[in-house]
Amino acid sequence: MTTVQDIFDLTVWVTLAILCLAFFITIFRIVRGPTLPDRILGLDMLVAIAIGFIAVVGIKTGYALYVDVAIALGLVGFLATVAFARFVLSRGKTEDDILTEARMAASQARNEAKAARKAEQRSGTAAKAEPGGAASRTPTGGDR
Amino acid sequence: MEELATLVSAVFLLIGSLFALVASVGLLRLPDLYTRMHAASKAGTMGSCMMLIALAIHASDVGTVSRALAGVVFFLLTAPVSSHLLAKAAYAVGYRLHSSSVRDEMAPKE
Repeated sequence: MTTVQDIFDLTVWVTLAILCLAFFITIFRIVRGPTLPDRILGLDMLVAIAIGFIAVVGIKTGYALYVDVAIALGLVGFLATVAFARFVLSRGKTEDDILTEARMAASQARNEAKAARKAEQRSGTAAKAEPGGAASRTPTGGDR
Repeated sequence: MEELATLVSAVFLLIGSLFALVASVGLLRLPDLYTRMHAASKAGTMGSCMMLIALAIHASDVGTVSRALAGVVFFLLTAPVSSHLLAKAAYAVGYRLHSSSVRDEMAPKE
């Protein structure tokens, strides 16, 4: 004989299981998320799911105090999202921009190093006599 | 009457958790930030609000019910603000829409 209370207990367990699944899917998106705003959005979603968790646990245990915890968590989540949005705005560039800048800086440094090596090599061959040219090229020009 | 409240609370819990699941699946499957935001900020808020309403239905005293409903109103007020702020910041910084988007109303006119 199933009573209403049995149905309710089963529903609470099913709800907790579904929320766990949603939690892990969101964590997967946060870990994978290609950009920073994706991760912030996942964090926002995580807070929403955690509020759901707290509501279900509050129903299951019967403690009314969990409602206050849920409200406080909602406030913290809102402030965190706003602060992260301001951070994205003040950083002012996307991941692609940062990557492009790093690539350009790397290629510029490479060119400068190459030019410096070439100049050094030229001065080395000019200063020494003709047989010294092969010896001075070996340590400096060997890596590229 | 008590049993009816318990049953309604169970139904709200189940629907709310399914909303949260749909929101997280949308977060996983949709192609770019703005469509993901569409899934998370609407369905996710709806899910947690429905679970808080279930708590309000299940609780017996007035204080818990009013606090749970105040929490619902608070989330309904703050979720659109925070996600709109995030979307606006991301667009201003230059995160582009997915190539399958049909229209960009905020694009500068040539």
